[in-house]
Amino acid sequence: MYGALDVFAIIGPTMIGPSSSHTAGAVRLGNLAGWILGERPQRAKVILYNSFASTGYGHGTDRALIAGLLGFAPDDERIRNAFAEATALGLHWELCDGGRDENLHPNTVCFMLTGAHGESVVTGCSVGGGRVKILSVDGFATDFSGEYATVLTVHRDRPGVVAAVTACLAAGRVNIAQMRVSRQWKGEKALMVIETDQPLSTEIKAALQKMPDICRVSIIQPSLEGR
Amino acid sequence: MFKTLQELVEAAGREKCRLSDLIRAREAEAAGVAENELFLKMKKQYRVMQEAARSGTERVVKSISGLTGGEGRMLWERADRALCGPLMARAAARAMAVANVNASMGKVVAAPTAGSCGILPGVLITVAEALGNSEEAVVNSLFTAAAVGEVIAVNATLAGAEGGCQAECGAAAAMAAAAAVELAGGAPEQSAHAAAFALKAVMGLVCDPVAGLVEVPCIKRNGMGAVQAVLAADMALAGLISLIPPDEVIAAMKEVGRCLPASLKETAAGGLAATPTGREIHRRVLENVHR
Repeated sequence: MYGALDVFAIIGPTMIGPSSSHTAGAVRLGNLAGWILGERPQRAKVILYNSFASTGYGHGTDRALIAGLLGFAPDDERIRNAFAEATALGLHWELCDGGRDENLHPNTVCFMLTGAHGESVVTGCSVGGGRVKILSVDGFATDFSGEYATVLTVHRDRPGVVAAVTACLAAGRVNIAQMRVSRQWKGEKALMVIETDQPLSTEIKAALQKMPDICRVSIIQPSLEGR
Repeated sequence: MFKTLQELVEAAGREKCRLSDLIRAREAEAAGVAENELFLKMKKQYRVMQEAARSGTERVVKSISGLTGGEGRMLWERADRALCGPLMARAAARAMAVANVNASMGKVVAAPTAGSCGILPGVLITVAEALGNSEEAVVNSLFTAAAVGEVIAVNATLAGAEGGCQAECGAAAAMAAAAAVELAGGAPEQSAHAAAFALKAVMGLVCDPVAGLVEVPCIKRNGMGAVQAVLAADMALAGLISLIPPDEVIAAMKEVGRCLPASLKETAAGGLAATPTGREIHRRVLENVHR
């Protein structure tokens, strides 16, 4: 949808206004953070930086980020009332102004999320036209757009883990478009992000979760608007 | 995909078809889907445009910041006795109404961007109403608009941050003018000239949003863009031609956008945003952030 320059990239996307970067992109960032957590968050601390902090109020960026966490799509008319929706759905949220940081992209946000089964810290930015980038997950630096079906694993940094994961995808007839492994210290934990050409089934997720040395698995399905 | 308006016009001439037929067929082939599937998807986009235009003219829609609201509705009320005539006034009123809906966190189609989302609905709904075009014809004319937008995107830009408002409201007006020519039964070449007229009218137009919000002057510029598009279509239908070929106009627009200083490209640091009142509004909006 956001990739190719086609007629619907020109006459589209359909979205809730007013800004593709500050509103539609903010919803997508919330969506992706929710996918990474893998469940609807119960608590969320959301820190806005730079232009997101300074002009976000007038662009509804705050509501858009929360709506994204609830799994609303960028054209969902409930975005306007996202705060009330969040309260009704049992999400306790806190929005903070992170101020200016010249080292960060103008439209940057950090989500600190807690769900029933786990926690995630996700940082991302909105790069224009509704397109976004995830920059870090749980302290691991990364770089992906969420435009592809994507699988994320946190695993022990040992020989054979990467091969086992890619073999599992191959067995599910899933082709890898891009992949990236990042780690903080050798021999400890690593984050692997794999973008694929085919959608990822819940069976694949379950199979990956059962593997030794895999600590956590998240999948992102861009074909499903929102979640 | 076509890289120039000239290629588009020549191909439509060879195949003796409308620009919209050409684009729909090529896109369907490139994407490997049926033409009807693309038509139905475009119809959905058009329905969203119609709904936004309807709701923004029927009632006063306030923006999230509270800076703007009801501009489209106010002009709509005056359309029957408008100095510029009911068609022009309705086109502009609908364009502003859709921009109002956008600023209120309502649903719109970014066409080509959210900031310029009013111009295509304002022009096409109003022209089709006046000429009695079928919904099918209007939906198809959006493919013509998209083709013009693609050529501008490839050879220049559709982002205010890169090219100023000429790249957003200017491009939207060019797209709307080309589509309006087709709705009026004009030739593909006339669509290209109409697009050129619309771009020439706002060449160098800056993007200077007060407080960085898509409201002042964006909403009124959507109204103005709709008027320019309708007039550009009429000029082309009357047989006027752009002495500077339309593709060269697009190239000039790119170069002019490149020359604009950063303060006039969506940074809210120049133009209307930097006026004493613009700065004062910005200060008030920031206070609301820290309310």
